[in-house]
Amino acid sequence: MIAELGLAALWLAAALSLLQLVSGALSVRTSGEAADEITGGALALIARPAAIMQGALAAFSFAMLLWLFVRTDLSVALVAANSHSAKPFIFKLAGTWGNHEGSMLLWVTVMALSGALIAGLERRLPERTMQAVLAAQGFVALGFYAFLLFSSNPFARLAVAVPEGLGLNPLLQDIGLAFHPPTLYIGYVGLSVAFSFAVGALLTRQVTPDFARAMRPWVLGAWIFLTAGIVAGSYWAYYELGWGGWWFWDPVENASLMPWLAATALLHSVSVLAQRDALRAWTMMLAVIAFSMSMVGTFLVRSGVLTSVHAFAVDPERGSFILALLAIYIGGALAVFAVRAGAINEGQRFNAVSREGALVFNNLMLTALLGIVLFGTLYPLLTEAFGVRVSVGPPYFNPVSAIFALPMVAIMAVGPLLRWRRDRLERSSKPLVLVGVIAIAALVTALALGAGMLSALGIGLAAGLAIGSFAPLAGRNILRVKLATWGMMVAHFGIAVALFGMASDSAFALERLASLRNGETTTVGPWSVRLDGVEPVAGPNWTAMEGRMAARYKAGEPVIAAPQARTFFAPVQETTESALITRWNGQLYAVLGRQTEPGVWQVRVWWKPFVTMIFLGGILVALGGLLALIGRLGVEARQRYIRRRIADRRADEEALA
Amino acid sequence: MSTLQPKHQRLVLGGLAAVLLIVAALVAAWALRSEASYFYLPGQMLSDPPEPGRNVRLGGMVREGSLDTEADGVTVTFLVDDGADATGQAVPVRYAGILPDLFVEGSGVVADGRLAADGTFVAETLLAKHDENYVPRELEEMTAAQARAVVADTETAPAQSANVP
Repeated sequence: MIAELGLAALWLAAALSLLQLVSGALSVRTSGEAADEITGGALALIARPAAIMQGALAAFSFAMLLWLFVRTDLSVALVAANSHSAKPFIFKLAGTWGNHEGSMLLWVTVMALSGALIAGLERRLPERTMQAVLAAQGFVALGFYAFLLFSSNPFARLAVAVPEGLGLNPLLQDIGLAFHPPTLYIGYVGLSVAFSFAVGALLTRQVTPDFARAMRPWVLGAWIFLTAGIVAGSYWAYYELGWGGWWFWDPVENASLMPWLAATALLHSVSVLAQRDALRAWTMMLAVIAFSMSMVGTFLVRSGVLTSVHAFAVDPERGSFILALLAIYIGGALAVFAVRAGAINEGQRFNAVSREGALVFNNLMLTALLGIVLFGTLYPLLTEAFGVRVSVGPPYFNPVSAIFALPMVAIMAVGPLLRWRRDRLERSSKPLVLVGVIAIAALVTALALGAGMLSALGIGLAAGLAIGSFAPLAGRNILRVKLATWGMMVAHFGIAVALFGMASDSAFALERLASLRNGETTTVGPWSVRLDGVEPVAGPNWTAMEGRMAARYKAGEPVIAAPQARTFFAPVQETTESALITRWNGQLYAVLGRQTEPGVWQVRVWWKPFVTMIFLGGILVALGGLLALIGRLGVEARQRYIRRRIADRRADEEALA
Repeated sequence: MSTLQPKHQRLVLGGLAAVLLIVAALVAAWALRSEASYFYLPGQMLSDPPEPGRNVRLGGMVREGSLDTEADGVTVTFLVDDGADATGQAVPVRYAGILPDLFVEGSGVVADGRLAADGTFVAETLLAKHDENYVPRELEEMTAAQARAVVADTETAPAQSANVP
């Protein structure tokens, strides 16, 4: 009964998205070109409630699926294929989205809820634009409902219930990965809102600073979640896979990086549009590209054209379905853009040396990076069409992305010091010289410590940016700096911290592979690691061999590291649980290998100086975004309050008079 | 740019963006030509070996009985063949590291590494059988019999610094 309720709710939600599309589109169409008011009558009244109901129904449907997973209802095909009664509760919950159908339902639910949120809360947009936005949102949602209902029904029943489920891929049975997909999806779907906004504004030709101010919180919100999701995914890969790496340029990682690059560019250009009324067409273009990238990512991950841990379904039908959606939405949006771009009049002018100039540079570099990553990710598909098999990996991505990323970081340190519209470099020469001197000092130090050129450049730029991010504070009353400005500074500082971690890890990480008997010691950098024994241990749905290692930093007290080699029984699979010892200046990373002969175990240890900075930096970036969002929303709330007070007072005065 | 009309400024910006993207595409194309690692089957590697030192991938079956651990306890050697017959030609592979969890003789493997001057393939990364949802696409090109064997018991997940998040 529960599965049927969920399915029924999903159909109803799909029907409402169609209604939302039709009513939104008609009420935009029936009004005059210049009119802000809707003349579509009753139709116009439907789109908002439809969007809200749609959100409620999709959420209800998702709640039903959650319930099925919690109860481990083995008459439902999806639960039987992806869950097991002996799984810990949290992974029963997470199993809901740890599979193709469930994750698509989550996607649609987040999308419907954000549509409901816009319909319920957004009051800044002109009503006609609002209707167009809701229509676009309904259109995008409709495609995904169709995808779910026609090719990925999560509620399908088995003819006969099975006695036990197949279980969840043990690699996904990790707290980091349990919450990583929802985080990323909120980011992806947030970009769909930006996309609908852009399409709506293009349709009604209302690309104005006010519109940009309405769109900005959505972009910012999506970007925060994308950032957090990428950092969580990277940390998961780092500790769960046991290879000591934190970024592998895997297609699935790239699928989340590409929308992030586009969203970062969009975030900056939408600010230019909001503050200075420039870059109108470019911003709309980026909004289309950003959502396109999350669609491309979905296609890559869900269609099975590229393989990866996350590519659950190898199903050509689904692949073509997503490809068709991709073509319709992106093609449609680009067509709207092509028709209307000319009609958006040009914005304000600006000088090359100005805040806008720096932001344009940032945008160009981010776009180039996006192109580089997209090209590298799709290249194997491309050559395969000609019968040549290639693999593209770090030897391509690392240096080529650095060519564009490093100059961008350099400009990041300078941009926030510049004034809007027009500036002279001489004006901010003092902080610039300081930033330059610190960068060069760090570069030289890194080279002297034996770092390679690329890593040393990274360290130098990171040091420069770390100072440069807070340079805008110079000569200002710290208490009066706006929260949004603090957000920007924290986010830029986070980039510096992360870059420092990346460069330090690639330049100074040490690795030792040894085969140890009980009591034997191996060393890596300043660490000595003694194997004290290997014991069998058991968890709720796994057993493991657990190593006991006493790790000493220089002559300090030993700390126990206990890496495991786990064997899950449903499904039968082995995973590596690394042991991490975190110090302020880095991490010791230990992995237990196999027994080579009785009593002799392979042990692999890394000393990774400042590797934690990568993830700390990522968290700071997301935190900076959050500060900016709170700051912006706070300012708006205050302005609304003041406006209401003024109106009230005026009304009082009139009443008195 | 200060003297430009808005329309011209937009043209200049568009032009800059186009030039930059072309540069990015050229850099990418150039880097891909020199850095993309190409995929070899054992037969190809023996008949037409890549130049020593170039980063390539080798995919095939681990020959039964060929896995050997050296005295240091961490370096392993094994033979990779095309799985068709157990006596034919095979590429010797050397790998120092922790073997992937489900690496076994007789199953499929994709090795990332370089051919040494002595004809041994020195692997930096091994991708081995992992779970039924994850098939190395590189192995799809093997013959039907090989493919059957591969599909029957080989799927993949990288052992160490490979292409998986």
